Amino acid sequence: MLDDFFLRALMAGICLAVVAGPLGCLVVWRKMAFFGDTLAHAALLGIGFAILTDLPPLIGVPLVTLGTCVALLLAQRSTQLSNDTILAILAHTTLACGLVLIALTGGRTVNLEALLFGDILTVSQTDVLVIFAGGATILGIIIWQWRRLLAVTVSPDIAEAEGLAPRHAEWLFMILIAILVSIALKLVGILLITALLIMPAAAARHLASSPESMARLAALCGVIAVTGGLYSSAGLDTPSGPSVIVVAALLLVVVRLIPRRHMMPTPSSGPKDTP
Amino acid sequence: MPVSKKPLIQLANAGVERDGRWLVRGINLAIKAGEIVTIIGPNGAGKSTTAGLVVGTIQADVGKVHRTAGLRVGYVPQKLHIDPALPLQVGRLMALTATATAADITAALDAVGIGHLANAFVNHLSGGEFQRALLARAILRQPDLLVLDEPVQGVDFASEAMLYKLIKQIRDRTGCGVLMISHDLHIVMADTDTVLCLNGHICCSGSPDNVVTDPEYLRLFGAPASAALAVYQHDHDHVHLPDGRVQHADGTISDHCHPTEDQAHAG
Repeated sequence: MLDDFFLRALMAGICLAVVAGPLGCLVVWRKMAFFGDTLAHAALLGIGFAILTDLPPLIGVPLVTLGTCVALLLAQRSTQLSNDTILAILAHTTLACGLVLIALTGGRTVNLEALLFGDILTVSQTDVLVIFAGGATILGIIIWQWRRLLAVTVSPDIAEAEGLAPRHAEWLFMILIAILVSIALKLVGILLITALLIMPAAAARHLASSPESMARLAALCGVIAVTGGLYSSAGLDTPSGPSVIVVAALLLVVVRLIPRRHMMPTPSSGPKDTP
Repeated sequence: MPVSKKPLIQLANAGVERDGRWLVRGINLAIKAGEIVTIIGPNGAGKSTTAGLVVGTIQADVGKVHRTAGLRVGYVPQKLHIDPALPLQVGRLMALTATATAADITAALDAVGIGHLANAFVNHLSGGEFQRALLARAILRQPDLLVLDEPVQGVDFASEAMLYKLIKQIRDRTGCGVLMISHDLHIVMADTDTVLCLNGHICCSGSPDNVVTDPEYLRLFGAPASAALAVYQHDHDHVHLPDGRVQHADGTISDHCHPTEDQAHAG
């Protein structure tokens, strides 16, 4: 069971989960799950683009996902359509274009199932290094910029008024998701990346008492989901990416059974006798 | 804290246009250190837009906004919704945009009367408690300029008076400038240095005493005897048309709503 390839997969998966936890919390708080999904879909077009231009996917995918962000911003300014409609159009257009482009260029050499659902057990040593480098970059930026990212999430107006330049934070946020999508493709695939982001965060919400504790707990839940998912995948001979998400879903339910330590806060009806 | 007479912030003929409609136009306003400026006006008068110009969340399409370099702003926005998925305690909200010591947080919360709620989740606060928490957060920054967009919404009458008193105390103690947006008039007046009556443009401005006798003010807000007590009432004497022109109560149309007093507003 503890073969090299399995250990590599486990290390890469745990690294991704640790990063996806805090980033996923921001996605949940900002109600941007659909945005993450759109970028994940755009990643398939990124693969097609990478094949077409002979670029490594690690450059092609972030380029196309960031291009999709620009398209989103332009569309938001120039149409009367609601945000979720624009996101759905972009998600499915990029997915469809990606599939067509891959068929036209790479054709049979591309393992479409691996792209859609992940193939973590085939990670090479180089892949692991890339995932570690990408993960460390994302986590470092999140920790470094945490106050700003959280302030912009709570109130862009307050952040702007008090000198935290929210527009930079918006871009930073998009760039972080674009990087994560690029490196998480291997683990869970395009269709399950959003789940890796938001499900550990959702599980953590029940137990958390502060934004910071929720981010840490989300990382922990993600690690549990990845570890449990990969072991069960090996034991039951099931696909690895979906197995990870199944464990995350189970975790989401199990966590609800844990009683909350900090129940309701003090009643909000005036001062108490003892402060 | 700067003690110079130079304004902390100055708006010169500033205007904001959206889709061919002027939200505000021709706004001249200056706030000095230690000064309390209050903007009053009806819904849609552009009060929050003006506050946005001052704090920098909205850019002026015409005119100039001059802000003192390094100006430290404390801002209480009119609306703030915090997603329930975010577990945020009042104490953590206090350190939203800058670090703060536990002692400072306690002092700020005590000052606004919610010291007992430091560990409460913001989503469980009443409207009035949340307003106080936002005010505590803004003053905790020890700002040069405090901008409060309807700071007493959802606060009961007795607490309202207390919060205004607190704002005055903060001004007296720290010497900060204060810009307050309000749709009610009666309590605001007492401690305000300058009142601006806004209705898409500045209808009149000055010290409360001068403003209440201003013909423009009387037209907008009623008889002088009501200033101390009366429920705020705003009778529109003119309407801003989509093309930027102004239709007056008597049906006449002009390019401006406050040209020379004896012409457009006559009759």
